[in-house]
Amino acid sequence: MGAEKLEVLFQERIDANEKIEPRDYMPEEYRQHLIRQMSQHAHSEVIGMQPEGNWITRAPSLRAKKILLAKVQDEAGHGLYIYSATETLGITRDELISRLHKGKAKYASIFNYPALTWADMGAIGWLVDGAAITNQVSLQKTSYGPYSRSMVKICKEESFHQRQGYEIIAAMAKGTTEQKEMAQDALNRFWWPSLMMFGPHDSDSPRTGNAMKWKIKRESNDVLRQRFIDKTVSQAELIGLTIPDPDLKWNEERGSYDFGEIDWDEFWSVVKGGGPCNLKRLNHHKKAHNDGAWVRKAAAAHAKKQLNK
Amino acid sequence: MDKSDLFKFCLRLGDSCLIMAHRQSEMCSKGPFLEEDIAQTNLGLDLLGQAEALLIYAAKLEDKGRTADDLVYKRPERDFYNFMLTEQPNTDFAFAVVRQYIMALYLDKVYETLSNVDDETLSGIALKALKEISYHKSHLGMWVTRLGDGTHESHERVQTAFNELWMFLGELYEEDELDIKMQHAGFAISGDEMKSYLFSEISSCLTKATLSIPESIYMTTGSKKGIHTEYLGYLLTEMQYLQRAYPDANW
Repeated sequence: MGAEKLEVLFQERIDANEKIEPRDYMPEEYRQHLIRQMSQHAHSEVIGMQPEGNWITRAPSLRAKKILLAKVQDEAGHGLYIYSATETLGITRDELISRLHKGKAKYASIFNYPALTWADMGAIGWLVDGAAITNQVSLQKTSYGPYSRSMVKICKEESFHQRQGYEIIAAMAKGTTEQKEMAQDALNRFWWPSLMMFGPHDSDSPRTGNAMKWKIKRESNDVLRQRFIDKTVSQAELIGLTIPDPDLKWNEERGSYDFGEIDWDEFWSVVKGGGPCNLKRLNHHKKAHNDGAWVRKAAAAHAKKQLNK
Repeated sequence: MDKSDLFKFCLRLGDSCLIMAHRQSEMCSKGPFLEEDIAQTNLGLDLLGQAEALLIYAAKLEDKGRTADDLVYKRPERDFYNFMLTEQPNTDFAFAVVRQYIMALYLDKVYETLSNVDDETLSGIALKALKEISYHKSHLGMWVTRLGDGTHESHERVQTAFNELWMFLGELYEEDELDIKMQHAGFAISGDEMKSYLFSEISSCLTKATLSIPESIYMTTGSKKGIHTEYLGYLLTEMQYLQRAYPDANW
């Protein structure tokens, strides 16, 4: 069968909402798009361990420490699922990590902001995981089977993460004056970067066209961002915190909140490496990987000796 | 059984679990590969759960209005009774593996004994912990073998870890007055029994891993009186930071 015919059949399957599985025909652009998007997603889970990992040793109660450690472990597990799902596209995890280290693969820019106070553990869970869930719920219906199934599993855990974050920030918002200040400060610092997590406006998102046509992406950046804002504003109000956007107001006609313009210069700067923690996050990952090289070699050498016995 | 004796006993065991959990949690995002990153922090989570259960019980036995969190976050270093071995840093992966392996052997025996005592809380904690610790023993034992038998570098590193941590082993079978009381009540085995069990397990593991038993020149003593290595102060400074900086806050 000719390539053109195969592509037509492929698109028909997509249009009929069938899932594409690893051994099925897929156009090379579809495969490459998925590798780029899924590996970026997996790297985000793994790099995302760092800002929260930064506070595990300083968690203020046994309960908080247990929950945060379990949560960060979940993120590692999510990274693992998605790396495995990505490997079904014919690429190894080693290659994906090498691309990350060379700066060829990206991860979510939100993790390039520092986690400065305990309230940031609240803001990250509430806003960052909240934004991630909004995106991932939509991705449960993505056309690639392994990716879709990993999203279903991940979403279950993410909703626990968001509640965990909201609980931290809500407790601080009704705490001492200093705690309230920390809670508001965390919201101020994480609000805009959280909105940036959905990516550029649809009009400036060059890859959205193909991603929507192939149903890798089911809803656009702007639609998802609006949904996140609409559900989050009342959560902030409930605990007495103020969203740091003077232009934020309810639009009766649209049934949604209008909001101020995102600082896109900041967005693109952080995407391109110019953020407060870009260097630190990548160096941390490289160091752990390099420090672990002798352990991986030892495990491989031992396994080989066992095979030869 | 005297309540204050049982309180001290639970505090010692709880402190060792707590400090190990802390050291394991420091490894989060630093593992040699993702699966092992998850495994190592999982060991930490298990130990944290054991520490919490033991310290909640200790606080109840003490009956002075302190909570488990008070015990964790508001005691100075001289009032901590964890073994010095547990506070030793994650110098490299081999050090962490050896520290945890030796402690898993120890805890396995401790919980096995406690699972049969006439104290429902402690036997319940021990029964649950036994399942976890048996996995720790097997996972860490496999790593000792892999590292010992793997490459020249891994062999050297894991041998160095055993050599340098060896002096902390003595505390695990050392006895003081409280230990003797606990032995009489059936809550602990004798120091001699513990010593011979530890040496036998470790020797067979080291042989399998092509490693040597380190020379024993000096064994530390003192953690049962709150004497520690210099590492503990830094660990507590970090762990207790928020509670100390904001003493009036609830989290």
